[in-house]
Amino acid sequence: MNTTYNGDDFDVIVIGAGHAGCESALAAARMGCKTLLLTINLDAVAYMPCNPSVGGPAKGHVVREIDALGGEMAKNTDRTYIQMRMLNTGKGPAVHALRAQADKIAYQSEMKKTIENTPNLILRQAMVEELIVNDGVCEGVITNTGARYKAKAVVVTTGTYLRGKIIIGDLQYESGPNNMRPSVRLAENLKELGLELVRFKTGTPPRIHKSSVDFSKMEIQPGDEEPRAFSYETTTAIPDQLPCWLTYTNLETHEVIQGNLHRAPMYSGAIEGTGPRYCPSIEDKVVRFNDKPRHQIFLEPEGRHTEEMYVQGLSTSMPEEVQLSMLRSMTGMEEVKMMRPGYAIEYDSIVPTQLWPSLETKLIEGLFTAGQINGTSGYEEASGQGLMAGINAARKVQDKPPVILGREEAYIGVLIDDLVTKGTNDPYRLLTSRAEYRLLLRHDNADMRLTDIGYEIGLISEERYKAFINKREQVAQEKERLNNTRIKPENEEAQQVLRETGTPELTEVIDLAQLLRRPEVNYEHIHRISPSPVELDEEVREQVEIQVKYDGYIRKSLAQVEKMNKVEGKLIPSAIDYTVISGMSKEAREKLEKIRPLNIGQASRVSGVTPADISVLMVYLEQFHRVLTKASE
Amino acid sequence: MNMDTIAGVATPMGEGGIAVIRVSGDEAIAIVDKIYCGKNKLSTVDSHTIHYGTLADPKTNEMIEEVLVSVMKAPRTFTREDVVEINCHGGLISVEKVLDLVLEYGARLAEPGEFTKRAFLNGRIDLSQAEAVIDLIRAKTDKALKVALSQVEGKLSKLVRALRQELIEAMAHIEVTLDYPEHDVEDFTQNLLLNKCEEVRSQIKRLLQTAKQGKILREGLSTAIVGKPNVGKSSLLNSFVQEDKAIVTDIAGTTRDVIEEYVNVRGVPLRLIDTAGIRETEDIVEKIGVEKSRSMLKQADLILLMVNYNEELTQDDYAIFEAAKDLQVVVIVNKTDLAQNLDMEKVKAAFPNQPIILTSIKEEEGIDELEKAIAELFFSGRVQQEDMTYVSNARHIHLLRQAEQAMEEAIIGIHDRMPVDMVQIDIKKAWELLGEVIGESVGDDLIDQIFSQFCLGK
Repeated sequence: MNTTYNGDDFDVIVIGAGHAGCESALAAARMGCKTLLLTINLDAVAYMPCNPSVGGPAKGHVVREIDALGGEMAKNTDRTYIQMRMLNTGKGPAVHALRAQADKIAYQSEMKKTIENTPNLILRQAMVEELIVNDGVCEGVITNTGARYKAKAVVVTTGTYLRGKIIIGDLQYESGPNNMRPSVRLAENLKELGLELVRFKTGTPPRIHKSSVDFSKMEIQPGDEEPRAFSYETTTAIPDQLPCWLTYTNLETHEVIQGNLHRAPMYSGAIEGTGPRYCPSIEDKVVRFNDKPRHQIFLEPEGRHTEEMYVQGLSTSMPEEVQLSMLRSMTGMEEVKMMRPGYAIEYDSIVPTQLWPSLETKLIEGLFTAGQINGTSGYEEASGQGLMAGINAARKVQDKPPVILGREEAYIGVLIDDLVTKGTNDPYRLLTSRAEYRLLLRHDNADMRLTDIGYEIGLISEERYKAFINKREQVAQEKERLNNTRIKPENEEAQQVLRETGTPELTEVIDLAQLLRRPEVNYEHIHRISPSPVELDEEVREQVEIQVKYDGYIRKSLAQVEKMNKVEGKLIPSAIDYTVISGMSKEAREKLEKIRPLNIGQASRVSGVTPADISVLMVYLEQFHRVLTKASE
Repeated sequence: MNMDTIAGVATPMGEGGIAVIRVSGDEAIAIVDKIYCGKNKLSTVDSHTIHYGTLADPKTNEMIEEVLVSVMKAPRTFTREDVVEINCHGGLISVEKVLDLVLEYGARLAEPGEFTKRAFLNGRIDLSQAEAVIDLIRAKTDKALKVALSQVEGKLSKLVRALRQELIEAMAHIEVTLDYPEHDVEDFTQNLLLNKCEEVRSQIKRLLQTAKQGKILREGLSTAIVGKPNVGKSSLLNSFVQEDKAIVTDIAGTTRDVIEEYVNVRGVPLRLIDTAGIRETEDIVEKIGVEKSRSMLKQADLILLMVNYNEELTQDDYAIFEAAKDLQVVVIVNKTDLAQNLDMEKVKAAFPNQPIILTSIKEEEGIDELEKAIAELFFSGRVQQEDMTYVSNARHIHLLRQAEQAMEEAIIGIHDRMPVDMVQIDIKKAWELLGEVIGESVGDDLIDQIFSQFCLGK
C-alpha cells in the first residue's frame, strides 16, 4: 500500500456484504450506529453462489428466529421467492420447516434496495486489506484504495473470499465464489494479528439450460397451494410459483465418475481443505456409498427471469467434460446444455473457539466475525450469526452487555454455542438433531421465544410488539379456557364430532384440553364443540393446539431446561487461571484455558472435560471467591 | 446455591449392623415424608430430632424397613442444607431397598464426594480443607472409573453397548427423515419403531432382573479361600463357578496375575481373591505356602478356611489358624468322603465362635450348608465390607430403571400415535441413560452416526 487517506469515522464497519454482512450492517444501523458496509463487488450484495433456496429443517427455523429478532432474511425471502413449501408436515410441529426457492437476482436487488434505504448505513465498494489494531483493540480498516476508516467495532464476514481458490479438474485459480476477486491480503493480515486460521472446502454443482431438459421424464415438485411466510409481518403471498423437478443418477453416471476418479481433485490430493460431511460431492457419495444404485437429483430454477437451473445433488469438482457426461447420463438430460461447471472452492476460516459467545474475538477487542469465516456453511447460518454480531457490535459501541442466546432459546444459540465451545472440524451445518430441546425450538413459536428480546434490543417496532403481546395474551386465555371448560357425555354435539373423528365417545366429564390431547382431535373439532368467545386467527389457534396437544412432552423438555439453567447460571470470573487448578486433568485445564467459558454450563460442554473436572472447578471457584471476599474486607 | 436433592449411603456397609442413608437438599424432608410412616409427618417435626417409624412404598404399601429418622434443617447440618438421615439395618439388601425408594421418590444418587463438596460449597468446611475436598473428589472418581473400566470387558457393558447401538441406528434413521425430508430414505414405520422399542425395553428389563439376582458384576465381599495345598480350594472355587454364577474379570495393572472372580451365594456377592493363584498352584504341590495365605488374609472381608478331614492338622494348618485368628472365618472341613483322621475338637478349639461346616465337595455334599452359613453371616451384619463401591451398582440399577421407564414412555407415545420426533425424545433419553451406565459421555455420536449411515448431500 502506497499512500493512504483518512475517510470518515464510523461506529461499526462491516467487511463483506453477503448474508452475514447484510444482517450485521442492517442491525447495527437500525440500532442507531453509524455503519459502513464494504464489499469487494457492489453487484454481489446478498449473493447466493450455491443453491437457490432458503430454509428447510433447522435452517428455516433460523430464518424465523432472525425475523423475531428484527433481522431481514425472512422479509427479503417473502418478497422474492418463486416457490414456498412447508416440509415435514407429516411429522411433529417441532420439525415442520418452511423452505423457499429463491429468485437469486430478485433476492439480491431487494436486499440491496433495503440497505440503500436504511438510515445510518453507507454501502460502499472496496476491498479491505488491513485492520487497524492498537494495543489489542480494533479501531478501523484500511482498503486497497488507501482509505483509512476508523470505527469502534469491526465485523468481518468474508465468506469464502479469504484466500479463495477454485478447483475444476486440473484447473486451479485464486478466486472468490463464482469468479469474484478473492481477499488475499486480509487473510495474511488476520494471521499476522495472531488469529488461527484453518482451510475449509465446499463445492457447488453445475448449472444447466432449462430448455435443454425433457421434464416429461421427471417428477414434478410444485410449491404449496397456500404458501406460508417466513416473516411474522408478511401478510401477502406471491402467486405463480415455479416447480422444481426430480430425477436420479444411474449406474451409467456412476461409471462415468468411477472411470474418471483419477482426475478428481478430491482424490488426486489437489484439495487440502476439509469438506463438509453433510454435503459431499457426487464423487464422494459414489465412492463412499457404492452400493447405492442411484442418487436423487433436483433441478431448481435460479430465478424467474433466467433459464439457468441448479442441479441439486451433483456438487462436483470433476473436469468440465466429465461433468457434462455425468449430466447427460441422466434421464431427461440426454441433450442437456451446461451453462456453468460445478467447482470446489477452498478458503480460509478462523478457528471459532477463538470467539466469545458474543462473536467478538478474544484476541482483539472490538473485532467480531460472523458467517462462513467462523467455519459454518449455509446462508441461514451466516445470517443468524451476522445478525448477532451486528447486534453485539452495536451494543459494544453503546456500552451495553452482549446478547447471548441460550441453547434452549434459539437455534442461533445452539449454533453459536457449538462453534465457540466445541469448534468444528468441517464446515458446520445446523441440524434439528443438534438441539437438545428441539420441541421447544419450534418453527411456529420463534416469535414467542424471541420477540421480547428483539424489542428490547430495539429492532422490533412498537406496532409489531403490540400485535405480538396481543397474540400472546390470546393464546394464554384460550389455553386457560380449554383447561377450564368441561364437556359432559350428554353433550350430543360433542359426541357427534367425536364419532366423526373416529375417537371413542365420552363416558365421563372431560375438559377441552384433555379432549384436544387425543390423537384424532384437532383445534377445529374443539372449535365446533365449544367455540372461542372471541374470533382467533390462524396463528393463535395453531399455538394453542400445539401447546395443549404436546403439553406432556413440552413439560419434559422444560424440566431438562430447568436443570441445565442451574449450571448455566453459575458464572465463571474472567480472571480465573485454569493452569493452576490442581486435581483437574491436564486436558481439561488446557481446553478450558483456551475456551474460557462464561459459566459452568458452557464449561461442561467443552470436549474432554469430565463431570469430575467440573466438580473440581466448582470447588476451586468457591475457594477463589472466598479469597477475593477476604481480600476486599 | 440452588441444588437438587441427593441421597447416598453414609456409612460403611454392615458396620454395627446399622446403616445410615443420608438425604440432603431442599426436597430432603418432603421426599422422605412420602415414604415414611410414623407418629408425625416429618415436615411438622422440630429440627434435630429423631423419630421411629417404618418406610413403605406408597404405591404398593409394602413395608420395607423399620427405621430411625433424624431430621436436621438447614443451616446447622453437615451440608448446610436440609438433611434427613435414615438409620436402618445394615444388611446389603435393606440398604439397597431404602436407597432405591428414596431415589424413586425424587432424590438423585450422590456423586462421589458430593456431600463433602456441598458442605464446602455452602461454607460449612473452611478454606484449608478445600484441597482435601478436591483430592477426595478425584480419588473417589478415579476409583469409580477403575470399577467402570474393569467392567468394560464385562457382560454388562457389552450388553449395554449393544443396546445403545440398536438405539442410535434407529435414532439416526429417524433424524435423517426429519433433517432431510426430501431424501430418499424410507420413513421408519411406527410398527418397526415399536418393535425395536419393545425389544430394547425387554432387554433392559432382563438386565434388571439379573441385577436383582446379583448376576451382574458388582463389587462383592472380598473373600479369600485359604488352606494347605490339595485341601480342595480349587474344587470349592469350581463348585461356586460351575453354577454359572460367576463372571470373570481380569483387572489389569493391579497385582501381577491376580484374577478376581465374582460369585453370588444366596444373594451375597463374593469377590474371590487370587483365584488364579489357587488354580495355578493346586497341582504344583507346595508352591503356594503359608506366606501367600497370610497376605491374602489381610485383604479379605471373609475367609473360607479349608482343612482336610482325611489328615491330621499340620504345622501349616496351625500357622494359617494363627493368621486367621480374630478375622471373619467360615471353617470348611472337606473330604468327608474319605476316612476321618482329623481331630474335630482341635478345630473347634481354634475357632470356638465360628461356623464349621463339613463338606465333600467332590461328592457335592455340604455345599448348601456352606452357602447358608455365608448368607447368615452376611445378613446378620457380622461381616464388615471395606469398600463402599456397592453404590456404583445401585447407580447402575437406578440408571437402568430410568432407561426402562423412558423406553416405556416411548412405547406409550407410539401407541398414542405421537409424531416420531416426540417419541424420539424418550428414545434419546434412554440412550443417554444407558451411556451413563457405561460412562460414555454424550457427544456428537448421533451426528456422526447420521453421516456415516446415510448418504446425504446437496
